[in-house]
Amino acid sequence: MNRRSIALAILAALLIALPAFAGNYALSVATLILYFAYTGQAWNVMMGFAGQLSLGHALYVGVGAYAAGALFYHLGIGPWAGLWLAIALCVALGLVIGFLAFRFSISGVYFALLTIAFAEFTRIGFDHLDFTGGPGGMFLRVAQRDAWDLANFRGPPLMYYYAMLALTIGAFALCASLLKSRAGYYWQAIRENEEAAQALGINSFRWKMLAVAISSAMTAVSGVFFAFYYNNLFPEQIFHISRSIEIILGPVIGGVGTLFGPILGAGVLTLLSEGITESLAALGWEIPGIKQVFYGVVLFAVVIFLPHGIWPPLAKRLKL
Amino acid sequence: MALGLSVIFGVVRVVNFAHGEMMTIAMYAATVLFAALHLDPFLAMVPVAAAFFVFGYLLQAAVINPFITRPEHSQFMLLVAIAIILVNSMLMIFGPDAHNVQVDYQLESYEIGPLLVDKARLMAAGAAVVAASGLFAFFRYSLTGKAIRACADNYLGAKVVGLNVKHLYALTFGLGAVCVAIAGCAMVVLVDVTPPLGPAYTLLAFVIVIVGGLGSMGGALLGGVLIGVSEALAGLFIEPSAKSMFSFGLLILVLLLRPQGLLGRRT
Repeated sequence: MNRRSIALAILAALLIALPAFAGNYALSVATLILYFAYTGQAWNVMMGFAGQLSLGHALYVGVGAYAAGALFYHLGIGPWAGLWLAIALCVALGLVIGFLAFRFSISGVYFALLTIAFAEFTRIGFDHLDFTGGPGGMFLRVAQRDAWDLANFRGPPLMYYYAMLALTIGAFALCASLLKSRAGYYWQAIRENEEAAQALGINSFRWKMLAVAISSAMTAVSGVFFAFYYNNLFPEQIFHISRSIEIILGPVIGGVGTLFGPILGAGVLTLLSEGITESLAALGWEIPGIKQVFYGVVLFAVVIFLPHGIWPPLAKRLKL
Repeated sequence: MALGLSVIFGVVRVVNFAHGEMMTIAMYAATVLFAALHLDPFLAMVPVAAAFFVFGYLLQAAVINPFITRPEHSQFMLLVAIAIILVNSMLMIFGPDAHNVQVDYQLESYEIGPLLVDKARLMAAGAAVVAASGLFAFFRYSLTGKAIRACADNYLGAKVVGLNVKHLYALTFGLGAVCVAIAGCAMVVLVDVTPPLGPAYTLLAFVIVIVGGLGSMGGALLGGVLIGVSEALAGLFIEPSAKSMFSFGLLILVLLLRPQGLLGRRT
């Protein structure tokens, strides 16, 4: 085994063993980190691998969450069935957006704005959809929290932690194999120079569509998780552009296009934000907004001084 | 306001994701000047715009210029970070409550035939027209304006003929900031200002600019009028809260069918 896989195995073992010595608070922070790591990984398939900048990934989180949530709320159908509906809906949506964008050859900033437009459009649409509670939100029944009810995905924080850990590991493995597959090489070719890739006979339209489909399907899963973890859904919250930004912060800070970047970035950012909250509370500074200012300053510094994210220079230093 | 965004994108090719946040700052500045000196917001435009020009110039010169050649998501993150810092500094300083100014002409209105027009709105529109025509004249006739347009047309070419591109970019960003300042001071007479207003206005500015055509000044004005009218009509005929849905719908259509915008040139 090389250094890289040893490090990976140690990290995975640590994460699996974490609940043994972590309280509920630490566990919820860890779940949040994994959630962002997973969603960031999904976004990374589109941007990091295929080079399509999406700023509307909250759309897939939201639609996935609402699809599974509504099924559970109205018909009592559990998330295992809802998952497929969520994936199907999100992939369909992603393909529609991708089809429109790539057929009309929209790229770069314009593609990003298009994804924002679709997310905002859907947000306002859900605000007026009574079936899902409109702006008042949709609330899933909260069952007792000690028993593991896997069929309905209800249980103690520990269950959610392991579910998210499994998802993150799965996503990592999937992305690692994708990157080594034919599709992965095609994507990188398209990302680096689309015209050259086309000249070599790569059907860039088809491969970009594949990237969108995989990315939206993965994000849909995180939406289902979101619905059953938080149990309440508001269009204003879940579709908001700040959600999309949250999703992409992790991979951008960690390193776009790398496998570890999303995980590292999610860890750094979540710990940073929790750390700021804690230390400000300890200092007794209760000024609204001060936390975000610190957060913004750190973000600013990372973007300026580490243009490729934290992971690439770190990997070099650690010789991974 | 959209004019400022369009100017910045058209020349510098960086999408200013902190645009709405900058406008909220202008609005706060106007409220502060009003509270402290009883300065009418329309007069406050002058100092606020001057301060914004300096701020915009320095921001571009010190922070954004090195990012010109970096990939889009990197630029985007930079401006998001700036936006987060700006909007939350406002929250820290002014708190979450709404601030406003009270001037005596806010309730006055003119009757033009069957129409009733607020005096404040009319003055805001007037300020927008004056600023837009000033900007237009600057870009069309002044030597510096021509130089800036040259940079926008051909970055390398402009460098070759010896233009100081970085300085001109910074100048452009400063001018965009001036537009924002003017818009902010005019807006504060019409609506109360709260920190979350920033992101909402950033999005609105995007819709307007894209519909009109990124980088086209006439397009920004046309887009503004078009979005204003279509939102008003949608609010009237359907549901007021669903009106922005039409703006975004319109945005999607324009992006697909005419990505360069209604008045934009194809690049």
